[in-house]
Amino acid sequence: MPDTPLDHIRNFSIIAHIDHGKSTLADRLIQSTGTVAAREMKEQLLDNMELERERGITIKAQTVRILYKAKDGETYTLNLMDTPGHVDFAYEVSRSLAACEGSLLVVDASQGVEAQTLANVYQAIDANHEIVPILNKIDLPAAEPARVKQQIEDVIGLDASDAVEISAKTGLNIEGVLEAIVTRLPPPQGDAKATLKALLVDSWYDSYLGVVVLVRVKDGQLRKGQRVRMMSNGAAHTIEQVGIFTPKMIAADSLGPGEMGYMTAAIKMVSDTNVGDTITDDRAPAASALPGFKPSVPVVWCGLYPVDADDFEKLRDSVGKLRLNDSSFHYEAETSAALGLGYRCGFLGLLHLEIVQERLSREFGLDLIATAPSVVYKLKKTNGEEIELHNPADMPDPSVIAEIQEPWIKATIMVPDDYLGPVLTLCNERRGRQVELTYVGNRAMAMYRLPLNEVVFDFYDRLKSISRGYASFDYQVDGYEAGDLVKISILVNAEPVDALSFMAHRGQADRRGRSICERLKELIPRQLFKIPIQAAIGGRVIARETISALSKDVTAKCYGGDISRKRKLLDKQKEGKKRMRQFGKVEIPQSAFIAALKMDA
Amino acid sequence: MEPLALYIHWPFCRAKCPYCDFNSHVRERVDQAGWRHALLTELRYEAARTGRRPLASIFFGGGTPSLMDPETAGALIAEARALFDAPADLEITLEANPTSVEAAKLADFHAAGVNRLSLGIQALDGAALQFLGRQHDAAQAIAALETGRAIFPRLSFDLIYARPGQTEAAWRAELRRALDIAADHLSLYQLTIEPGTRFATLHARGEIALPDDDAAARLYGATAEEAARFGLLPYEVSNYARPGAESRHNLVYWRYGDYLGIGPGAHQRLLVDGALIAVRRHRAPEEWFARVARDGHAIVEETALAPEDRAREALLMGLRLTEGIDPARITARSGLPFAACIDPTMLTACLDEDYLVWREGRLCATEEGRLRLDAMLPVLLR
Ligand SMILES: Nc1nc2c(ncn2[C@@H]2O[C@H](COP(=O)(O)OP(=O)(O)OP(=O)(O)O)[C@@H](O)[C@H]2O)c(=O)[nH]1
Ligand SMILES: C[S@@+](CC[C@H](N)C(=O)[O-])C[C@H]1O[C@@H](n2cnc3c(N)ncnc32)[C@H](O)[C@@H]1O
Ligand code: SF4
Ligand SMILES: [Mg+2]
Repeated sequence: MPDTPLDHIRNFSIIAHIDHGKSTLADRLIQSTGTVAAREMKEQLLDNMELERERGITIKAQTVRILYKAKDGETYTLNLMDTPGHVDFAYEVSRSLAACEGSLLVVDASQGVEAQTLANVYQAIDANHEIVPILNKIDLPAAEPARVKQQIEDVIGLDASDAVEISAKTGLNIEGVLEAIVTRLPPPQGDAKATLKALLVDSWYDSYLGVVVLVRVKDGQLRKGQRVRMMSNGAAHTIEQVGIFTPKMIAADSLGPGEMGYMTAAIKMVSDTNVGDTITDDRAPAASALPGFKPSVPVVWCGLYPVDADDFEKLRDSVGKLRLNDSSFHYEAETSAALGLGYRCGFLGLLHLEIVQERLSREFGLDLIATAPSVVYKLKKTNGEEIELHNPADMPDPSVIAEIQEPWIKATIMVPDDYLGPVLTLCNERRGRQVELTYVGNRAMAMYRLPLNEVVFDFYDRLKSISRGYASFDYQVDGYEAGDLVKISILVNAEPVDALSFMAHRGQADRRGRSICERLKELIPRQLFKIPIQAAIGGRVIARETISALSKDVTAKCYGGDISRKRKLLDKQKEGKKRMRQFGKVEIPQSAFIAALKMDA
Repeated sequence: MEPLALYIHWPFCRAKCPYCDFNSHVRERVDQAGWRHALLTELRYEAARTGRRPLASIFFGGGTPSLMDPETAGALIAEARALFDAPADLEITLEANPTSVEAAKLADFHAAGVNRLSLGIQALDGAALQFLGRQHDAAQAIAALETGRAIFPRLSFDLIYARPGQTEAAWRAELRRALDIAADHLSLYQLTIEPGTRFATLHARGEIALPDDDAAARLYGATAEEAARFGLLPYEVSNYARPGAESRHNLVYWRYGDYLGIGPGAHQRLLVDGALIAVRRHRAPEEWFARVARDGHAIVEETALAPEDRAREALLMGLRLTEGIDPARITARSGLPFAACIDPTMLTACLDEDYLVWREGRLCATEEGRLRLDAMLPVLLR
């Protein structure tokens, strides 16, 4: 295991569009090499987070070391990294790619190339990867391997003549994949004698081991007891344990060049582990650091507040631990008049936001309120000052604003010809500008520039529904542009709810205002009093709805002397009220907040 | 000292109704003499503590107290009269189920001293009675009403409405038919799904659907209209009476007065030297019985309630009554100034909305307010 000769190591990522079968292929590779005992095997073994299993998606990249006895009679060490397919988790993919020399590009042979296939393969090409195309799901009657091969060549420009045709589900031709890994992917390079240089790929918090760091050794040796230094901040630590993933963590004596594994070093400070950092020997530090990673740039921000103000400390601790495990998650302290102490948090998209919120509540037992998600605006004030607006509630008075700029994206949408019409209509409704429209067979590829704000909330859901699930979508942030933007305030019972205010294009303001009022009307349960809900720009009301008072709520029988039971029920109701937000004489349950914005249609 | 109300619980029924979460149990055999003795024992235990106080009422509740030997009722009534100062016209109510067996015993109960009958009719529609799992049919219900009216000076009966699929027209007709037989008092309950009952399971599975709030509110309005035609006025959320015929016993609960509760699972509230003492007894019949035999009582909890809890109890009970609450009484029963019991902004809001009104110094929930009491109390009470 450790100190394997470099030419007997292969490090690779499995990349693909969502659901094309990456995790299932990883299962088969793990299984056919006997890495995991048959009785411990389960579907999508690497999707070990509760949320991943529930939703059937990969959220975190995972690493496994497998040993493969190849046809040439040699045993190879293969380090496999299964990556997520969803665009919100692209940062996981990019970091995995940086730790490997090659990629398996999995393409569903019945669906063909999709938007994330493109996005991920271009990243792999940028990372100088050798790429082996894999046509998966050829067991499906609808599989068209020949057509999809052609598509890979036409759209991506990758030679697909040697694409490996497999079924990850049935296990067909997994041997072919293993052989391709050994024969077609390059071994890593590195110098065992040079001073230590290891890339910090990922980290997480383990309740037994503390902070665990995933590393890829480039040069030198990583050894138990060694004193290492984080090059970004100079912090030094003594290594307590190094090891590999099988996928269980198994301790080893050392990790040599080209190898992947983990280390623990009693690291206390979350800020001491920065993904992309270079770990070197503290006594003989390397002269220069590895290139590292581009930091992730959050595209959506929202406030997260503890429902119970007493939980703020717990939230602080939890966001720190979560950040350790999710370097694309950003946070900064924030105070809101209505909600108290909390954090402004940055995400790569709405799914990411939802997942983080879920993880905070499940893994750390926190009950949170999320404010309306917002993109980052740039404001130019009349006095020349420029500020970034992460929170619409912080918007200065319009009279001192000279210009508001909003982020735009470049989107790639792939869709069967039949659904192109509605897709283009959707893009146009969202202020999109067409950049390019090309065809591959009967599939259209539309490139659009769109304001991110128009995409962040429900664009993806809408796209999926108007294309019956056939359209795929990927995007990159593409600069800022001035826009005619206004802040819309939401008033519940005549009181503004800062947590619900949002920015919108003036042309969309009425529609967005109306739709959120309608949604709130559905989401806020009827109460003792009727509740007016209004959307307003400044002092001008642009939409209004009224939730009528509930018509009956009384226990029919209050019979007999057991008053304690009724009082306890009342006490519980009163306790429940504490968890709601008071607006004058009415309360809003927190779930109304995010749901209202998410389903803005 | 305020007169005391005395509640006596008989925990046995012929069958468990699928909607019922009362402390009721089905037993093959009940040792009537043993139970008579045990109930008398607990009654004496409490009387020894309270001393000789005026008595306001006796109520035999259940379960199904009409399954009790009339002799047992007679013995308890006689003992209560001996231990407390009881007026000649002491209200003595018995809950009875309208099966023919029980109807046959009604005269004996009257002879034993019961002067007010509360019949668990529940419905006059055969299918509805079956749905409610009742042991009687519509004919027996009507026969029991007629017998009861002939024997007892005061008669009340219970109906359960807002049943699945029940239309307003059908309910009005059913209620009118019952009222034609005449009663001076009615308890008309909308069907409630109580946790842990058979109906709760069916409801969770979607096999029972209750009318929505709007429909339930309409049925409630219709109920008051029909009762009013017969001169019965709502004096509590679900109780209607000819003026003067209100249940004195139940009024003690709603006015948060002093009451003794004897028998399995019975509750009791007594103001003793400024402390309000809440008592709860063991619910399981056999365990209750064994404890009484051993200790002379089966009290499992006896606590002095905190002033805030007393205020909440007094208000949550009192606002159910049409007569509302008297701030001075809330203070007397809780030890707290009225202003400390109620959120002033919510009070104003509820008054503005006409959910509450001040009537001659009493705070009353209007009909609209009573309809929404469960939503109002948690915001109104401190
Ligand atoms: N018929 C068939 N189904 C397959 C095959 N491979 C995977 N699937 C199914 O495709 C679905 C998605 O598989 P996953 O392995 O979770 O896909 P993934 O690419 O890891 O998905 P993400 O991580 O969410 O991007 C599952 O229902 C698999 O059972 C295959 O070869 N044939
Ligand atoms: C102690 S119980 C019944 C007494 C007697 N055993 C009987 O069944 O007639 C008092 C009354 O509460 C009412 N009741 C019991 N459970 C109910 C429920 N789940 N929903 C509505 N009313 C209910 C019934 O009308 C019942 O008559
Ligand atoms: S409703 Fe009456 S008869 Fe039916 S189980 Fe309850 S107490 Fe017994
Ligand atoms: Mg996966």
